[in-house]
Amino acid sequence: MSEITQSELDRRTLLRRAAAVGLVAAPGVSFLSACAGSDDNSDDTKQATGEKSADNPLGIDPKAGIEIVIFDGGLGTKYATDVDTPLYNKKWPDSKVTYSATQQVATTIKPRLNSGSAPDMINNSGSDLMDFGAIVKAGQAADLSDLFAAPSLDIAGKTVAETLVPGAVQQGTYDGKPFAVNYSFTVFGLWYNKKLFDKNKWTIPTTWADFTALLEKIKAAGITPFSYAGANASYYMVRAIMTSAAKIGTEQVLKDIDNLKPGAWTNEAVKQAAAAWGEVGKKFANPSHLGLKHTEVQLQQNQDKVAFYPCGSWLENEQAASTPAGFEYAMMAFPSVTASDKLPATAINAAAGEIYFAAAKSKNPQGGKEYLRTMLSKEAALEFTKLTKSLTVVAGAADGVTISPGLTSANDALSKAGQDVFMGYLFDTWYKKLDDASREAANQLFFKGGDAQKFCDTMEAASQAVAKDSSITKFTRS
Amino acid sequence: MRHGKYPFIIGFLVVPLALYLVFVVGAYLQMFQLSLTDWSGYGGFSYIGLENFQKLWDDPVFWIALRHNLYLLILMPIVTIALALFFAFLLNSGGKKAGGVWGSKVYRVIFFFPQLLALAIVAVIFGRVFGSDKSGMINGLLPQSWTPWLFLADERWALTCILVVLVWQAVGFYVVLFSAGMGSIAEEIYEAAALDGATKITLFFRITLPLLWDTLQVAWVYLGIAAFDAFALVNIMSVNHGGPNNSTQVLSMQIYLNAFQNSQAGYASALGVVLFFLTLTFAALTLRVTRRDAVQA
Repeated sequence: MSEITQSELDRRTLLRRAAAVGLVAAPGVSFLSACAGSDDNSDDTKQATGEKSADNPLGIDPKAGIEIVIFDGGLGTKYATDVDTPLYNKKWPDSKVTYSATQQVATTIKPRLNSGSAPDMINNSGSDLMDFGAIVKAGQAADLSDLFAAPSLDIAGKTVAETLVPGAVQQGTYDGKPFAVNYSFTVFGLWYNKKLFDKNKWTIPTTWADFTALLEKIKAAGITPFSYAGANASYYMVRAIMTSAAKIGTEQVLKDIDNLKPGAWTNEAVKQAAAAWGEVGKKFANPSHLGLKHTEVQLQQNQDKVAFYPCGSWLENEQAASTPAGFEYAMMAFPSVTASDKLPATAINAAAGEIYFAAAKSKNPQGGKEYLRTMLSKEAALEFTKLTKSLTVVAGAADGVTISPGLTSANDALSKAGQDVFMGYLFDTWYKKLDDASREAANQLFFKGGDAQKFCDTMEAASQAVAKDSSITKFTRS
Repeated sequence: MRHGKYPFIIGFLVVPLALYLVFVVGAYLQMFQLSLTDWSGYGGFSYIGLENFQKLWDDPVFWIALRHNLYLLILMPIVTIALALFFAFLLNSGGKKAGGVWGSKVYRVIFFFPQLLALAIVAVIFGRVFGSDKSGMINGLLPQSWTPWLFLADERWALTCILVVLVWQAVGFYVVLFSAGMGSIAEEIYEAAALDGATKITLFFRITLPLLWDTLQVAWVYLGIAAFDAFALVNIMSVNHGGPNNSTQVLSMQIYLNAFQNSQAGYASALGVVLFFLTLTFAALTLRVTRRDAVQA
């Protein structure tokens, strides 16, 4: 295990972990073979192209403008307006970048995809994100093979693919072709205020008994020990339950769930995880948080009214404006649930995420890809990490750079996890319907008395309903 | 003048009619077509007959949503019309000479005010009013020692909270509508009745209400159609888009979720077809049932 100082992020250590993630992350998806639905009417829109050259490997028309749409959420949009676009324009001064930001990605973009007037590069994210599997199936996402094969913008002698964390390309690959750039690298865990914990001499638990004992102590101090926002962020709780289930029974448990395997949700590991979290809900839940939104609960945490909050490493940046001086984000791994957990307490769920893609039927898809190539340059990736306090899939981009305490702590946890970093689950993006069901079931489990059996049965039924529904495109992973 | 009549009328009607045909009738026709397909919302599709309707019949959430729509359909018009009539009568008090309550002109403006706010804004505001912890307005006004009322986070009360907002938003418009209706009732009728010694309550039930019947009928149909919608409020105010535990689920929310989140545009269209016929049936029934009464009056 490598030692890393608090202030300096050992990027290389991180990337070794990321490589481990990436190798298991590649979803073995093969569904495009029966792509009957996608129509090939891309000829009717004239798409901009130019001469391919060493300087212009994607063959873009230097004069053609591009239109990009960025999701305005936890990562903000400054990286696009202040970093990526100026960088892109430095190389292509004649190409006008039309930029817009939205919080409602599906609402604003989907009609444009269907009417054949898609923006060139789209950041598909947020609670209103589009079903990316359906987009790929419909032929709306551009094949990014040429982007990944193109030389990197500022890392000499390497193709774009070679500059990325191993597995980053595979995570956006469907049936052997890459369609998405999963740009950011997220670490999931339990977030708390280090200063508050230091002040009260609360130590970070690794066993469930220590964890619940600490929750008792926190409760006695008049603080809600553990919470999340039921109104719109219950998937944070789903993540908590799933992470615990994976720790009890390895990531295979989650793979079975993703593959809609009968009995996957009634698996003993899921049941134990649900029972453990249901118990926490029963004893420590603040029922009013079922009606709150994520910003409200996160604010309460910043005010030391909530101790533990399950979230990804974007949290620190999302709360940057409301984090007071007495608050310092830190992250811990989910504690072991049983003494016989198959993964150690240090195991961490981390994954490449945040989809960016070029639309296949836009006016200038090559320009969209060139914009992605700009984003995947070392310079842009470094600035992204500085601005958003989130890592990217560009390997080594943030080497030797001082980053925020929260991210440093997340990196610490990653480093302690060693080989036990797992990618997690994909059912939430593959099957929106199952995602909805899991959010509701998690709310019921945590806020309404913690019936683990009911949680498992409800989810098993929802999962099998999706499995039987022929109108839903199925995916598998291994 | 007569020879210029038709070009004149056609000139005025052709544009709106064309817009209506393309954007309303056309959209409906397309929805009927799509309800027979497996369209995901992103690419091509194939026809699957009535499979979507079969699926809908077997979907427990559809029945829950339908039940909630019926709950709103019954309660929203009754409560809104009752309140609006009460307020309108107070403002007018049975005729101009009789005069309404003190300051009635100001109240009229206040009553109408909610109508001026976009529904989304109303939903956001009431989301805060019904906040489930002390940061919510109502809970904030309660004594500190009280356990906060959960409102939208409580399965038993969530839909009622939505109903309250629907009524709050609608009442003002109908107050004004009924006031106008009451204003058009001839003064002499009231005077004659008053000379015969009728009380205000008698005036209301014997004169105002029967003579207002046409307006009431229109109000009922409009409110019923609004009760079939309720989408904006449920989408913005409810826990988890129709929760907790589907306790605020309505048909329009189901259409939205299936079309825009679950990539099941075909199934969503089938839901749309059902909603279309429900609304149509409701409007036809209401007009039919209330017509006889109108003639009697």
